[in-house]
Amino acid sequence: MSDLNKLGLAEARDALRKGDVTSVELTESCLKAIDAADALNAFVHKTPEIALERAKAADARIKDGDAPSMCGLPIGIKDLFCTKGVPSQAASKILEGFKPEYESTVSQQLADAGAVMLGKLNMDEFAMGSSNETSIYGNAVSPWRRGNDDAQLTPGGSSGGSASAVSADLCLAATGTDTGGSIRQPAAFVGITGIKPTYGRCSRWGIVAFASSLDQAGPMTKNVRDAAIMLETMCGHDPKDSTSTELAVPNFEAMLTGDIKGKKIGIPKEYRMDGMSAEIEKLWTDGAAMLKDAGAEIVDISLPHTKYALPAYYVIAPAEASSNLARYDGVRYGRRATLAQGDGITEMYEKTRAEGFGHEVQRRVMIGTYVLSAGFYDAYYNRARRVRTLIKKDFEDVFAAGIDAILTPATPSASFGLGEMTEADPVQMYLNDVFTVTVNLAGLPGISVPAGLDKQGLPLGLQLIGRPWDEGDLLNTAYALENAAGFVAKPGKWW
Amino acid sequence: MSIDQSTAAKVAKLARIKVEDDALPALASEFNTILGFIEQLNEVDVEGVEPMVSVEPMRLKRREDVVTDGNQQDKVLANAPDAREGFFAVPKVVE
Repeated sequence: MSDLNKLGLAEARDALRKGDVTSVELTESCLKAIDAADALNAFVHKTPEIALERAKAADARIKDGDAPSMCGLPIGIKDLFCTKGVPSQAASKILEGFKPEYESTVSQQLADAGAVMLGKLNMDEFAMGSSNETSIYGNAVSPWRRGNDDAQLTPGGSSGGSASAVSADLCLAATGTDTGGSIRQPAAFVGITGIKPTYGRCSRWGIVAFASSLDQAGPMTKNVRDAAIMLETMCGHDPKDSTSTELAVPNFEAMLTGDIKGKKIGIPKEYRMDGMSAEIEKLWTDGAAMLKDAGAEIVDISLPHTKYALPAYYVIAPAEASSNLARYDGVRYGRRATLAQGDGITEMYEKTRAEGFGHEVQRRVMIGTYVLSAGFYDAYYNRARRVRTLIKKDFEDVFAAGIDAILTPATPSASFGLGEMTEADPVQMYLNDVFTVTVNLAGLPGISVPAGLDKQGLPLGLQLIGRPWDEGDLLNTAYALENAAGFVAKPGKWW
Repeated sequence: MSIDQSTAAKVAKLARIKVEDDALPALASEFNTILGFIEQLNEVDVEGVEPMVSVEPMRLKRREDVVTDGNQQDKVLANAPDAREGFFAVPKVVE
């Protein structure tokens, strides 16, 4: 077999079980692809020794029979996950040199299942961004281009390195995290699948915290089946995360029948934004038609507080970030600024954080500080939390009325050029998450499925939103959409 | 609500982030853009609505108040920028 790195998880698993390939062969193929793809800047810490060691162990396990699905499959890990003895710096200067003494629960579960870690993936600093342009490692680059134009495009963010690596076949799949859209938006930008599960499905332990009430990990994969396989391994109750839920994790893959007859799919009118491009509008209409052809019933619904999701998010997420990021003080881990003669502890904090945090992170920490400060807590933070209650209720109402899943565009546009948004005000960048952020606020599962190309030849994705804890049903609806959309485009190799 | 330079300086101080004086006008202006966007929330009628604490109604689990780990001083200090004699070292705090 050649080009083993181009396989998906399910295909590679089946080939491993049949004995057609070994994990070492798969891993070597990916390592070679990674070394040839430095132009994408997706892998920022390569771990070939760990990879080959785990691949050998996986091969032995497969030989002994009954190896789990993920056994022997080479994947990338977002830099936000703490990985024991391997740099884990959330793409921030302030965590320069940090090598955790422990492993995140999610990456541990993947390792226990035999998955092979190839290295750490680029991202926006502390997962704050929508274009992977706030990373200390520099921009991750999309493997996609606008026709013959050689302008570099963003793979989206914050899981930009994960998106770029999976799309360019540097790994079979990758982990991502999603606080406001950071799995689904980059997945849509590069034509891959990404699912954010219900809040509480995946343990947050050992994942560098951004906004704890919104953060969830999830897989970024080449297709829906792969997402089902990898999500199952990532999920599960963890006593070390007090918000992780004690619910059995179903066999998601076994739920992929493709049969969605009689399912009610909601189309929320509030997602038809002013100035929505005709291409996105058409993609959405086509997606609804595909689900209808597959036997689903399409229902117009209303989620009246949608408009207020982004402003509520930009209170709640920075507030939680300002609290979470208070731990970066230059004392316990990471980098401390060089101090001048006579500098005290306050100067140490202030200089360390000014040097260590990038511009966007500083801005969000300060906005969070402001909305939590005395006199403004009620006006901003408590009001945003009340609006969040209403946003969640919007979803509860439509699900109570019998809706099984909600179909929306994943992003307001296709990928844009790196640097194109530099002059825009921060709010313009935040609008990237307009369709995804509601899902985090309501704690629901959401999946982005590639559904077409725009006229420049760039991928566009559709999002499906499911009922809480019903990822299996959501994945099955996504599977039906994937089958109908038949998206097979790949970026032409230029790197 | 508009943020002036002195409020921006106060917020930076509270956040323990050093911001040079000449950067304050731009910072205040960015804050105002973002807060202007957030002001939309004032249009929503939130009368009688409880602020969300957790998306999933849950009561934090309790456990016995006992030591569950420890004796990891080396690991705890392994990533410290300045660790000496088994402690984190910082500039002088008390005169």
